[in-house]
Amino acid sequence: MDTARPMAVALDDATVAFRIGNARVYTAVERARLAVAHGEFVAIVGPTGCGKSTLLNVAAGLLKPAAGSVRIFDQPLLGLNRDAGYLFQADALFPWKTAIDNVAIGLEIMGTPRAEALKRAQGWLTSVGLGAFANRYPHMLSGGQRKRVGLAQVLIRDPKILLMDEPFGPLDAQTRQIMGNLLLELWNADRKAVLFVTHDLEEAIALADRVVIMSAGPRSRIIGDWRVELPRPRDIFEVRLDKEFHALHREIWSVLKDEVMKGYAQSSQPVGAA
Amino acid sequence: MSRVTLFALQLLVAVVALVLWQVLTTVPLFGRVWLPPFFFSNPIDVFSQIIKWFSSGVIWKHLMITLWESILAFVIGSAAGILVGFWFARQPRVAAVFDPYVKMVNALPRVVLAPIFALWFGLGVWSKVALGVTLVFFIVFFNVYQGVKEVSTTVLDNGRMLGMNERQLTRHVYWPSALSWMFSSLHTSVGFAVVGAVVGEYLGAAAGLGYLIQQAEGVFDVAGVFAGMFVLSAFVILIDIAVTLVERRLLVWRPAAANGRG
Repeated sequence: MDTARPMAVALDDATVAFRIGNARVYTAVERARLAVAHGEFVAIVGPTGCGKSTLLNVAAGLLKPAAGSVRIFDQPLLGLNRDAGYLFQADALFPWKTAIDNVAIGLEIMGTPRAEALKRAQGWLTSVGLGAFANRYPHMLSGGQRKRVGLAQVLIRDPKILLMDEPFGPLDAQTRQIMGNLLLELWNADRKAVLFVTHDLEEAIALADRVVIMSAGPRSRIIGDWRVELPRPRDIFEVRLDKEFHALHREIWSVLKDEVMKGYAQSSQPVGAA
Repeated sequence: MSRVTLFALQLLVAVVALVLWQVLTTVPLFGRVWLPPFFFSNPIDVFSQIIKWFSSGVIWKHLMITLWESILAFVIGSAAGILVGFWFARQPRVAAVFDPYVKMVNALPRVVLAPIFALWFGLGVWSKVALGVTLVFFIVFFNVYQGVKEVSTTVLDNGRMLGMNERQLTRHVYWPSALSWMFSSLHTSVGFAVVGAVVGEYLGAAAGLGYLIQQAEGVFDVAGVFAGMFVLSAFVILIDIAVTLVERRLLVWRPAAANGRG
């Protein structure tokens, strides 16, 4: 890790709370301390409803923490995080724009001339393997193809930080692995800081440099932080066969398992009951 | 069912209906004619009336007037509906203040406005346009309002994270969403523009299809009333086909199943 450079994302004791109903407050995340270094790929894993996405929204500036601070490259975050690209779990493409227009829009709103924006968008579509689908509308694409367009849409702006909220969650197992490899390949080219939220521990270990575990909500906390020393470049299919992968998986799972069971028990109770 | 069979069956319905109509109005069955020709006319008279209108060219003037009124009502009503719908959706306070009045005016059967429009705008084209506008406006208004309100929060957040400011969000997110809702109600709003024009003409005019029907009715010319109705139906069907063609171009980005809102 390059200590001379400021952390890309630094959450310092960030607490996130929501008001639910009359004067009751639901604390989703409590005193989260998390730093993502320049060029580091960090995965956040936790049971359902533990506030992983909440934490990501805080880093994006879509949510304000109730307490604690968020610093982006050592600057306190005011408003939206302009250095970050965000890949959403749900479909976030503009349904009325073709694939190429969806990708080009990020440049167009920055004032890039349309012809230039379209040229670069075509380049990005090609690098996510959709060169021939430029004029399709999102509803004409499969779920995996839409995620590829989403990836191109975010990456074309060349954000310094990449925030990903279970981006491959809705996809089938094979497509997820293919998308994981595509992501690693694109990330390897310029190594942005990545904060990747997932509930899939295997996916987290295969992709990330560090795996952060959150406890079951509410008042979810960060309870573990593991470094993944598997060599890069990695192949998602191959890395899962590695001995080190299994050892790490077993070690993290022993901690995560309890939280998953707690989270599972709580998710069958009403919000805020605990 | 193949297309040919379907078309044959559809044609059969028309033929049976027309034959029944002709027989019941002209041939005595069980000692009496079941539909008095004075009130029901008969298909042959009706169609000879239609042919007379077209061969003499009388009808074109009336068709053009009705078409022109419908177009004006649609364009003005839509423009106003889009502007106000957009404004209300983006300014919830304004919407809250005007809400009871919007509901009140929308609940009013618009036909009762026809006399007041005739007083204000005279018996010419504009009183009919005004009536059509009051009908079209609310359909477009509600759809545009809904379209802006129903933008997916994920898509909005995505726009924001991609760096859009409020103006760019309006242009690239709210606006296309609102227009898509408006387009999906195009059949209804165009239909109401025609209704406004024809009802307005019927209640007081010097030209147009509604006027033609009202004139025929005034002299108990039932064949003329039916002839007017048939011409009107054909007119509306042609407009509807045109709208479908326009719609298909404007909503290419939508999955085929999602239509028929409003």
